[in-house]
Amino acid sequence: MFFRTALLVMRKDLTVEVRSREILYTTLFFAVSCILVFAFAFVKEGEVLGDAAAGILWIAISFAGTLALGRTFERERHAETLRALMLAPVERSAIYVGKLLGILLLLFAAELVLVPLVALLFSAALFSRPVLLVGLLAAGTLGFAAVGTLFAAMLVRARSRDVLLPVLLYPITIPVIIAGVRGTALLLQPNVDQAMVVMWLSLLFAFDVVFLTLSLWTFEPLMTD
Amino acid sequence: MTVDFDRLVLDDVTRVFERRRALSHVSLTCEAGEIFGLLGPNGAGKSTLLSIVATLLSPSAGTVRYGDHTVAQAGPLLRARIGLLGHDLYLYPELSARENLTFFAHLYAVEDVTTRVGQALERANLADRADDPVFGYSRGMRQRLALERALLHDPRLLLLDEPFTGLDDASTHALLDRLREFRAGGRIIVLATHDLDVADGIVDRVGILRNGRLLDAGRGGESLRARYRAALLAAAPAGGGGRPA
Repeated sequence: MFFRTALLVMRKDLTVEVRSREILYTTLFFAVSCILVFAFAFVKEGEVLGDAAAGILWIAISFAGTLALGRTFERERHAETLRALMLAPVERSAIYVGKLLGILLLLFAAELVLVPLVALLFSAALFSRPVLLVGLLAAGTLGFAAVGTLFAAMLVRARSRDVLLPVLLYPITIPVIIAGVRGTALLLQPNVDQAMVVMWLSLLFAFDVVFLTLSLWTFEPLMTD
Repeated sequence: MTVDFDRLVLDDVTRVFERRRALSHVSLTCEAGEIFGLLGPNGAGKSTLLSIVATLLSPSAGTVRYGDHTVAQAGPLLRARIGLLGHDLYLYPELSARENLTFFAHLYAVEDVTTRVGQALERANLADRADDPVFGYSRGMRQRLALERALLHDPRLLLLDEPFTGLDDASTHALLDRLREFRAGGRIIVLATHDLDVADGIVDRVGILRNGRLLDAGRGGESLRARYRAALLAAAPAGGGGRPA
């Protein structure tokens, strides 16, 4: 029943998104603009500044994620449908997981565009170790979205939610972003230190476990009031 | 497993939002087979009380009992027996009426979803617009759809917050008939409204709220408007504000 509910909520969110295409388009537009601006700043005569590509990729993902999180819950607030979800006779943590899965799919779709774009504009060898890259992106996005979904749901009734979400989210997810940037930067080196990449990946998995556990544990009491 | 109950009891319920006391020591009982009218001016605490009964809010003090059960004991099982039609309609505007009802039917684990959704669309008189997105519906159409969403899982306790908003005369009478049908079926109905004319003919007992305090709770009978005015006027020197309707 738990996963059935989570999948139901995720499917509903995706159906709404397919109809409006609002979040995917705005998120992509924002993230691509961000990458283009950085490309103008950091690429001089075909030369890229240090590990800029890794940092810019994760900045674009985190900015896009914040935008997507805010809009997803703004939709639920608009017609107060979040209250209808909370009223349903299901575990509220299943609703959290459903919302999280929806956000993750949107962010993964955005990453399908962002990663090749960064690789192209910054001449970055992001695809030299595709499995490790996918692992870093998946684990990093999960950690970021796990905390973000909880905070966005909590702030849905706050008057200054648009300001508060990044203010709360970025300090908490700094370890995820650092691990993502350092792991991805290692992939850009001519001789990839695989052991170090695996270390950053392990760190990301550890963050994911902690953040997911805390979010599942706190979602119900936080949403009741 | 399901839980059932034939009485809703609020005992000394208080709810505080930061420094504002939205409900203050409210005690009342609603029985199966009756419609309890919750009356009061805007900001009286009606929606807060319904949110607490619907398990969406916890009381700051006091208890709410559903027969022998409490939210802490029964949780999701209890929510399966509660239907809420809020002031906001809890519908996804991008989805069609059929998709909205199907989503909530699955969420409530309703059996034979297709048939139940089809019946609900017929009752809402929306069968011919069932596959249109809800954002194109009039307020009255959305209100009828929202009512069917609240009733889809055959709730034991039905909470209605201003359910007549946006309904034309025919829809209002249809809703009143449905409420009588539900009352006859032994359900507990709590109807929060400030439309005294519509409430007058249907409620069995009333509770009059003002500034979060329950001023009067008793059986219907005499003119609701006269009783409402009397209750508010009697409380005016102590509380202030909130002109009688």
